[in-house]
Amino acid sequence: MTTTVVAEVLVEPQSNVTPVVMPETPVPVATDVTFRIRRYQPDFDEEPHWVDYTVALYPTDRVLTALEKIKGEQDGSLTFRRSCAHGVCGSDAMRINGRNRLACKTLVKDIDISKPITVEAIKGLPLEKDLVVDMEPFFAAYRQVLPFLMPEGHEPTKERIQSAEERARFDDTTKCILCAACTTSCPVFWTNEQYFGPAAIVAAHRFIFDSRDAGANARLEVLNDKEGVWRCRTTFNCTDACPRGIEITKAIAEVKQALIFRRI
Amino acid sequence: MSVETPGFSLRATPIGTLYRGGEGMWTWVLHRITGVSLFFFLFVHVLDTALVRVSPAAYDEIIATYKTPIVNLLEVGLVGAVLFHAFNGIRIILIDFWAKGPRYQRQMTWGIAAVWLLIMIPGFYFMTIHTIDALFGSTS
Repeated sequence: MTTTVVAEVLVEPQSNVTPVVMPETPVPVATDVTFRIRRYQPDFDEEPHWVDYTVALYPTDRVLTALEKIKGEQDGSLTFRRSCAHGVCGSDAMRINGRNRLACKTLVKDIDISKPITVEAIKGLPLEKDLVVDMEPFFAAYRQVLPFLMPEGHEPTKERIQSAEERARFDDTTKCILCAACTTSCPVFWTNEQYFGPAAIVAAHRFIFDSRDAGANARLEVLNDKEGVWRCRTTFNCTDACPRGIEITKAIAEVKQALIFRRI
Repeated sequence: MSVETPGFSLRATPIGTLYRGGEGMWTWVLHRITGVSLFFFLFVHVLDTALVRVSPAAYDEIIATYKTPIVNLLEVGLVGAVLFHAFNGIRIILIDFWAKGPRYQRQMTWGIAAVWLLIMIPGFYFMTIHTIDALFGSTS
């Protein structure tokens, strides 16, 4: 259809064609945005404290841009993790205006800049410096759910066949980037570090419901623990915090049901 | 704090901000508060009801002390707590066992709020009308 229209335009006489006037594109204006960052330098500070920084930002800038500007132009001691800066590596999860978000996926235009924007480290993991926490307890829980394929029988010569329907069952939980935004948004995890946390259950879900995997029982046994899936109180903070949009609480409910009904 | 840090330190207290959870987190908080409150109510309730077996006169005396406007307000609170706890309990069951439950948890929360108000507004009137009449004189 598009090609037909183009052809018509080409054969038509040019008399009634008005010159194209480009609409005036609004020039983006940089505005001063204040960030209230919860800083902690273990070499100097007894306790964490808030420090305000003001940076000029465009509406399309990200919070990570602001942090990089502050570090580059105002205070080189500001410490935070970031790697890919495009929402894939999962390094820069932090608490922005009270909610866990990836700094590289949070745009200035999406937050209220009339008040200072608070930026804090994620909650429930040991604070090391400024916005950096010790992720080891998080990864320890992840490793415990055996997050790798455990196939059964002979290795096929070509590939492990799986239908589209079988793949769809765990599609959502394959999206996890291990940023810890979910686990550190969980009120249960804040007060009980023994709880596996949403991210570990998501990792388990990804293999439990994979038709090519035979290790479901082993993983379900791990999660049947007192500190396993039964600690989940369905507050949905994890689902809200996930930068990949994984329906985490739903995934946890599916694991709970697999345990109750002993059926995958 | 290092000297070269620009900006200014607001306060040196270790308090971070309150996590801004959504409906799910606040219904969880309310569910706990109402749950613990109901436990303490039941504790007192079992004690005072058991008293009738010990001494009916003492029982009447205790019940008479409940006939005050403050206890009347507590009764309204009790009904409100029971209703919320019951409805939210159904919501949690649906989240756990209904496949679409987790996706509709927010709508279910607002549904609970609507039904709760629908019951509590006339409920408040019928539960407190006697106290209001007794305090400010009957209009009829």
